[in-house]
Amino acid sequence: MNLSFDVDSIRQDFPILSKKIHNKPLVYFDNAATSQTPVCVIDCIKDYYEKYNSNIHRGVHSLSDEATNAYENARNKIKDHFNINESKEVIFTSGTTHSINIVSNGFSKILKREDEIIVSGLEHHSNIVPWQMMIKNNEAKLRVIPLKDNGELDMDEFKNILSNKTKIVFLNHVSNALGIINPIEEIIDISHKNGAIVLIDGAQSAAHFKIDLQKLDVDFFTASAHKLCGPTGVGFLYGKEELLSRLDPLMGGGEMISDVTFSKTTYADLPSKFEAGTPNISGVIAFGKAIDYLNEIGLDNIEQYEKSLLEYANSKLKEIDGLKIYGDTKNKTSLISFNIDGIHSYDIGSILDKFGIAVRTGQHCAQPIMDHFGIDGTVRASFSFINTIEEIDHFYESLIKVKSMLS
Amino acid sequence: MTIENAQKDIIDNFLFFDDWTQKYEYIIELSKDLESMNKELKSEDNLIKGCQSKVWLHAELVDGKINFLADSEAIITKGIISILLNIFNNRTPNEILSSNMDFIEKIGLKEHLSPNRANGLSSMYKQIKFYAIAFSKT
Repeated sequence: MNLSFDVDSIRQDFPILSKKIHNKPLVYFDNAATSQTPVCVIDCIKDYYEKYNSNIHRGVHSLSDEATNAYENARNKIKDHFNINESKEVIFTSGTTHSINIVSNGFSKILKREDEIIVSGLEHHSNIVPWQMMIKNNEAKLRVIPLKDNGELDMDEFKNILSNKTKIVFLNHVSNALGIINPIEEIIDISHKNGAIVLIDGAQSAAHFKIDLQKLDVDFFTASAHKLCGPTGVGFLYGKEELLSRLDPLMGGGEMISDVTFSKTTYADLPSKFEAGTPNISGVIAFGKAIDYLNEIGLDNIEQYEKSLLEYANSKLKEIDGLKIYGDTKNKTSLISFNIDGIHSYDIGSILDKFGIAVRTGQHCAQPIMDHFGIDGTVRASFSFINTIEEIDHFYESLIKVKSMLS
Repeated sequence: MTIENAQKDIIDNFLFFDDWTQKYEYIIELSKDLESMNKELKSEDNLIKGCQSKVWLHAELVDGKINFLADSEAIITKGIISILLNIFNNRTPNEILSSNMDFIEKIGLKEHLSPNRANGLSSMYKQIKFYAIAFSKT
């Protein structure tokens, strides 16, 4: 256990953790769906509306300057945190789904019938649907990297389906359903050698370890603020400048134009081209604050602490007879997806809720993964640096009670 | 007994329980009383889709009354279905159509009807009413 990690004092930063659920202290193990929000981020949103709420990039007045500076400052924070070359390569979006749609829509006209897109078999529905919509327009082909029995991507098969027809390779960095960390370095390298560009969905990775986008040399990357201690409805898309410049914007509107007549519109430069309309200004500024907060704790500390939580939870849960963990591989984030023999995940989740424990149950919007394991759903407990060993003990004891009630 | 009285009885039954564990244990017991549903009836047509647990509902009109058969993969849902069918089974379409369902809320199980649970239970009640509408026209 990392003794320098003071979880008790960190927990003081999260007002929601004092909440009671059914008269029991909240045990929040649904961090993979949404992270909780520290008070500094909540205050940041309040501060914006109390002190400098104003539209950005267009006013000549002081308030607008202040809001614009804070907004652009947040862009710089994202740039620095993910080691991005230039701030104009950071596009603020409403979240990863929006980001993915910008890329899939942008390539819709560029791709042709003979082209292929590869997605992984470990994807969230939101990562499959935009490409299915896109290939309706250009008739390109969608190919899938299959899974091995343990839930890891079958890299041999990936190499087989990758060809000079492959134009885009798209996958999540970490699987939302299983927590498996995909070998994206290798995938990016092989894809580039074949002339394909790579988009990585970092929704499930960015909160758990440090990510260096220049070092990864990835072409596009996206993450959502609400999984990074930030507010909901905000995220960012990173793209290499030359690639972003080639793509048409997804949305037209104010802010994204440089010249408009009734016969023709010229798009603005990056990043404005992709940020039509008034953005979620307070959300973006608070996203920057959340990144500051994570950096104060240190992502390396977070990674190490969460690893110890995962190891402990793994060993405790494996003591339970009939409990099966899916995607139990070496390289994963602090998330456990499991079932107990003969008990439906919905029942487990409903009763855990009565013990104050919040987990996710069901298919986790990843039906193909559930089909791979021949199951209907799982219980997913996702831990973060706000959780404790004591909470895992309570979880273990509650699961024993759930089991005796339901079997 | 009217639908209203049947619901009142259930609400009275639940008043005996001091805490949620007793309630849930009772619901789990009730799940075992549910008449079993043939595999053939667990068809795509009878499936009420919820994201989390599947629920099947089959209905037939016999001598002017509707016979329901239902099942779910989740035992808590199944227990609530068992209560639901105790109330609505073997009723005329008109009885069902003029009824309301408020017992789930009153016995403190409201959360199982929330759309967030996506357990098919609230859709199931709607489906019971749809059947009643359909059969009232035959």
